[in-house]
Amino acid sequence: MSLLSLQSVTKTYGQGQAAFQALAGVDLAVEAGDFVAVMGPSGSGKSTVMNILGCLDTPSSGSYLFQDVHVENLDRNQRALLRRHYLGFVFQGFNLLARTSALENVELPLLYRGEPVAARHAAARAALEQVGLAGWETHNPAELSGGQQQRVAIARAIVTRPTVLLADEPTGNLDTRRSHEIMELLTRLNLELGITVLMVTHEPDMAAYARRVVHFVDGRVDSDQRNTPRETPA
Amino acid sequence: MIWNTLLIALREIRRNLLRAFLTILGIVIGVLAVVTMVTLGNGATQAVSAQVASLGSNLLMVMPGQRLGPGRDSAGAPSFKLADAEAIRAQIPGLAGVAPMASSQVTVVAGGQNWSTTIQGSSRDWFHAGAWKLASGRLFNEGEERAGAAVCVVGERVRKELFGKQDPVGSQIRVKQFVCDVVGLLQAKGQSGMGRDQDDVVVMPLRTVQRRLTGSQDVAGLMISVRDGVSTSKVQQQLEGLLRERRHIADLEQDNFNVMDTRQIAETLSGTTQVLTALLGAVAAVSLLVGGIGIMNIMLVSVTERTREIGIRLAIGALEQEVLLQFLIEAVVLSSLGGLIGILLATGLSMVLADLMQVPYAFDPGINLLAFGFSAAIGVIFGYFPARRAARLDPIEALRHE
Repeated sequence: MSLLSLQSVTKTYGQGQAAFQALAGVDLAVEAGDFVAVMGPSGSGKSTVMNILGCLDTPSSGSYLFQDVHVENLDRNQRALLRRHYLGFVFQGFNLLARTSALENVELPLLYRGEPVAARHAAARAALEQVGLAGWETHNPAELSGGQQQRVAIARAIVTRPTVLLADEPTGNLDTRRSHEIMELLTRLNLELGITVLMVTHEPDMAAYARRVVHFVDGRVDSDQRNTPRETPA
Repeated sequence: MIWNTLLIALREIRRNLLRAFLTILGIVIGVLAVVTMVTLGNGATQAVSAQVASLGSNLLMVMPGQRLGPGRDSAGAPSFKLADAEAIRAQIPGLAGVAPMASSQVTVVAGGQNWSTTIQGSSRDWFHAGAWKLASGRLFNEGEERAGAAVCVVGERVRKELFGKQDPVGSQIRVKQFVCDVVGLLQAKGQSGMGRDQDDVVVMPLRTVQRRLTGSQDVAGLMISVRDGVSTSKVQQQLEGLLRERRHIADLEQDNFNVMDTRQIAETLSGTTQVLTALLGAVAAVSLLVGGIGIMNIMLVSVTERTREIGIRLAIGALEQEVLLQFLIEAVVLSSLGGLIGILLATGLSMVLADLMQVPYAFDPGINLLAFGFSAAIGVIFGYFPARRAARLDPIEALRHE
């Protein structure tokens, strides 16, 4: 049994003449603990598949099984609870709350989980330390560099110890050095915490960190290869 | 869930102080305007009622000419004579006093100061009918009345203008060609309901005024006070019958005089101030509306930023109802805060303005509630409904919102 599996998933945006098929029947299974890079040209459906896997969007047809649960049959609130308890999401544009300290951004998912204040703060501090931002707790996103903001976003995604971390072009807005730092961080989280990582990227350099690379073309899986991840400094 | 959401909502207010301030400001202005204007209007109505009550409730004013109002024809209506007053006193039962009146607008001089005022000629009944009280000295007596002596009782305003803070009793004032002894000073009464200063008056015996100022035997009007427990409308009927007879008015002719009950004056005046209060209220309602549109603007403008915020919250696992509750709490907190500040400021401002305008401060819980409720409703509706639309989007759509 796979952790995640998509079966004949399609996604169509718009209706009638203007309809656009982003996904044209995708079958994909991801095993627990894997590190998967999803690649493909623009419009190939790679972000769409991420959004569906992350329960941010719903498929038009086909089924999505998350640990044997048919996600397409869940209602909005059940999908929200799935996100809350099992998924962490990292966006290309960081999507941090403006004018809100790093600590408050990171502890937000725990607030929705109803964790008591002491546990919340401890976990948020630990997560910030894990991403190398100890000492930056009180800074607002505007006072942080892009790389630091993305690390805050990653801290927010892992503070709940999710089963799966989904990252949509996490290095898309960063320079090369920061990009490699983020990739090393993701690799470490995958190896040390056992978090399954799925990442969309169009840079082969970044995909090289993954153990499996899936190529999308025109809304279908084009190729699916195992990969020997590049060495990360210990 | 409530406590965490409350915490989230308060954090959200704290990190957007400018937006919070503008929302509160809109509500404050709306509430302040409506509550202040209506409170002052009510105060003015109360002041007028109080002044009308101070006129005395069972007074009849008799004037030559037809009743006031459109189509009135006062030309050629003869004045009254002193004999009319005496006939009324003799023939109509239940009267407390009949004060014939003749007045003249002249400049009076004392101690090098001059002042243009109203000389009111009447009998001692005038003081009783108008509920006047003496501050010092005495009224003129019956002998002085009959003789037309040069004595007078002055009002507070006249004393202030001519004598400053001194007691004028025993002094003399010059009125046109003659000199008049001041025998009494009246207690202040303030403005009348029509805005005239009632204390700006010098009262002399009727005969003195007729002989020395108006130069005729005419009586311009009669003020008749009715004893307590006697029906003013019955007295009014008898008066009309008597005066028609004395003025030789044929059965089909209209009266060439009119009898006004002070109760009618009271009704007219309070009607007028009620109209004014309603008008003020309408102006204030417009400011409440403008305040409401301000709130609406701020709420709608912040929707883009907030839609992304909603997307972020949904993406990290917030339930739709948690996001909605957060927005509802924010809107309620800001609106109630604005409403409370508005009511507090309005209370302060109304008290100060009421003091300046010399009307009583009349707290009206209804208008406070109404203004508070209306602006709070606007704040909540325009804070909540755009958020509800955003929270129903798929998270990814909310995140993509530009």
